[in-house]
Amino acid sequence: MVPLSWYLILSAVLFSLGVLGFLLKRNIITIFMSIELMLNAVNLSFVAFANFWNTHLPPGQTSIIPLSGQVFVFFVMVVAAAEAAVGLAIIIAVFRTRETLNVDRVNLLKL
Amino acid sequence: MTKNLHLWVIPVLPLIGAAINGLLGRRFKNTMVSAIALLFTAASFGWAAWAVLQGLQYVNAEHKPYIETVATWITAGTFSAPFGFYLDQLSMIMVLVVTGVGFLIHIYSVGYMAHEGGYYRFFSYLNLFMFFMLKLVLANNYLLMFVGWEGVGLASYLLIGFFFLKDSAANAGKKAFIVNRIGDFAFLIGMFLLIQHCGTLNFGGDNGVFAQVSKYAPEAGWGWITITALCLMFGATGKSAQVPLYVWLPDAMEGPTPVSALIHAATMVTAGIYMIARSHAIFNLSPHALQIVAVIGCITAIFAATMGLAQTDIKRVLAYSTVSQLGYMFLACGAAAYSAGIFHLMTHAFFKALLFLGAGSVIHAVGGEQDMRRMGGLRKLIPWTFWVVTIATIAIAGIPPFAGFFSKDQILGEVYHSPYGGKVIWGIGVLTAGLTSFYMFRLWFMTFFGELKLGSVDLGEEAHAANAPAQAAHGDASHSHGHADDESHGHGGVHESPWVMLAPLVILAVLSFVGGWVGVPQFMGGHNEVEHFLAPVMESPAVVGEQAAPTVRVLDPSSRPEEKPASEEWLLAGASVAAGLIGLFFAYLLYYKRPELPDRITAKMHGIYMMVLHKYYIDEGYGAIFVKPLLALSTVVLWRGVDQGVIDGLVNGAGSASQGVGGELRRMQSGNIRSYAAWVAIGAAAILGYMIWLGVNR
Repeated sequence: MVPLSWYLILSAVLFSLGVLGFLLKRNIITIFMSIELMLNAVNLSFVAFANFWNTHLPPGQTSIIPLSGQVFVFFVMVVAAAEAAVGLAIIIAVFRTRETLNVDRVNLLKL
Repeated sequence: MTKNLHLWVIPVLPLIGAAINGLLGRRFKNTMVSAIALLFTAASFGWAAWAVLQGLQYVNAEHKPYIETVATWITAGTFSAPFGFYLDQLSMIMVLVVTGVGFLIHIYSVGYMAHEGGYYRFFSYLNLFMFFMLKLVLANNYLLMFVGWEGVGLASYLLIGFFFLKDSAANAGKKAFIVNRIGDFAFLIGMFLLIQHCGTLNFGGDNGVFAQVSKYAPEAGWGWITITALCLMFGATGKSAQVPLYVWLPDAMEGPTPVSALIHAATMVTAGIYMIARSHAIFNLSPHALQIVAVIGCITAIFAATMGLAQTDIKRVLAYSTVSQLGYMFLACGAAAYSAGIFHLMTHAFFKALLFLGAGSVIHAVGGEQDMRRMGGLRKLIPWTFWVVTIATIAIAGIPPFAGFFSKDQILGEVYHSPYGGKVIWGIGVLTAGLTSFYMFRLWFMTFFGELKLGSVDLGEEAHAANAPAQAAHGDASHSHGHADDESHGHGGVHESPWVMLAPLVILAVLSFVGGWVGVPQFMGGHNEVEHFLAPVMESPAVVGEQAAPTVRVLDPSSRPEEKPASEEWLLAGASVAAGLIGLFFAYLLYYKRPELPDRITAKMHGIYMMVLHKYYIDEGYGAIFVKPLLALSTVVLWRGVDQGVIDGLVNGAGSASQGVGGELRRMQSGNIRSYAAWVAIGAAAILGYMIWLGVNR
């Protein structure tokens, strides 16, 4: 049995990688993938907790609430899928007009 | 008898006229405008006459003034000022003078203003003036009186600046208003003192100011009553054009001539005299205040008379003569001879209105010329005007049996016997009478005798320097209807005024002739009706005071020896008549018999002449002492410093501060997606750190 903290550490590492990728990369596609990485890092902690609370009673509770963590994961996957669809469409539109995928050059939305 | 006289109708009628003409008059024809103005003024006069007749019965039966309270106006704590009206013998005289003379001048204006622009505006202002003036004389408390007081100031400002396209007229209007404000400030302080000590501003009633004040003993020193009286007096010096605040009145002649007659000679300027006579219960308790009033009146009388000697503008001569005559009235008030002052106020209203209207008729006849050196020989050309002005001139010169003689003689007699007058002030008064006679006959000879010199006289530079504001544009701006200056000797250009202007002149001439007969003194076999008529007003509070403190005797006008030796009275009257005749003789000598003499005299006494011509440089002095420093202070400190620096600085500073902060914060919005993300990450980290810190410290 792998302890819960390992999962959480892995999740934190993946999330931090996602953040760093978002901040440091210039290519929109890579940034997009970093976002997905962050979402899935969160998903990992959701399922880890869900599994954990299936075997441990939460404090102050008498019965286990099954599947609550997993349900959130599905929510996140649906949102991520929708976001991927919209986001990729935006990326294609941006590439068509600006002919670049470098986010530093997509900076017209300011004063 | 508790008949309701509805006194409030008297002032409200002209207000309606003013409102109709002011709001709608632009669309009316001139005849319609004048019909409305005349109708409401006549109605007001009629109502006033009726109310006076009815009120007289009441006052005689009840031995107290008729008081009418229409509504409550201001209530603050225990203090309350109602819309109240007060009718006693004093306000009866005033209300009749105001409505009567006012109506006559309205008629005159119909003819005089016929060719002017802004016809409806003129009559609207004139009616507005009547409203405020009637409110002033009928008010039952100082506060309501003050509203009328300020209102006549406003109307005067509007009418002086009637030809507002002319710079000098606009400036004269401002000057009048501002100088009056200085006096009004003192009036306000006086009212505050009365509220503080009496808790009310009402005149009459058991708890009125006068009833309360009469419980005090006369003040030997400088107590609150003296201070109050002096504040009220200073307010009166502003409105009644006394030293030191007289400077606005001569400039006020920039207004149309009927305005000069109505406001700046017959009615408004007498408001200060009326106010002092109304407040006699206060003044009687303060010897110091009375003495100061007498001295100020005396100084004004002689000072203005000398200034009138050298003026060449016909209206300015009359203006200085008005100031001088108002000085006489002040002098009478200072000698506690209020009824003499009011008597002179009444006769002066007749003959001075007549003089101004006559002067207006002359100006009208010669096509807007106001300089007397260009007039002359008009006697044959405008005979009606000549005769009425002659009557008025004799009246003001104090030659019996014309009106001015009786009132002026009564004042001088009272001054001679009064503890606040005495022989010196009486002597100055007589000298002033002589000067008055001189400059009035000088005007008379210069205008009506000799040869007509229209446009043919080259006036020296000095005249223009002296009367620069008055002569900036000759006469009432656009009044020269068709008469070009180069008509010079073309006598056909000079014409008598229309009947609508002459009729009021004739009525006023009759009043100037017989108006004094109501006050024939006892030693001449008369009954001095005016003094008897006003006696209940002037004496009652003093009598109450007498019971409280016997020392009041000295101050009570009725306690002076009633039986003055008749021979002395004759002597006093003879002196003032002699002064008048001497003035007439010198005027005849200098301006008729030997017209070259004045030039030689002025050449000899050039220094003094220039000083008098420049009105003792008082205007220049005031300009240097008060106006310039005030302007500098206003410009540097108040305008540049407080307004532009502090107030604008605060407002603009708030604006530029938020602009600066926004400019700095704008840099965050770089448009760079990764920097946004960095801010989000930093924010999230900060919140996370805070939550951890909370958890650790729990």
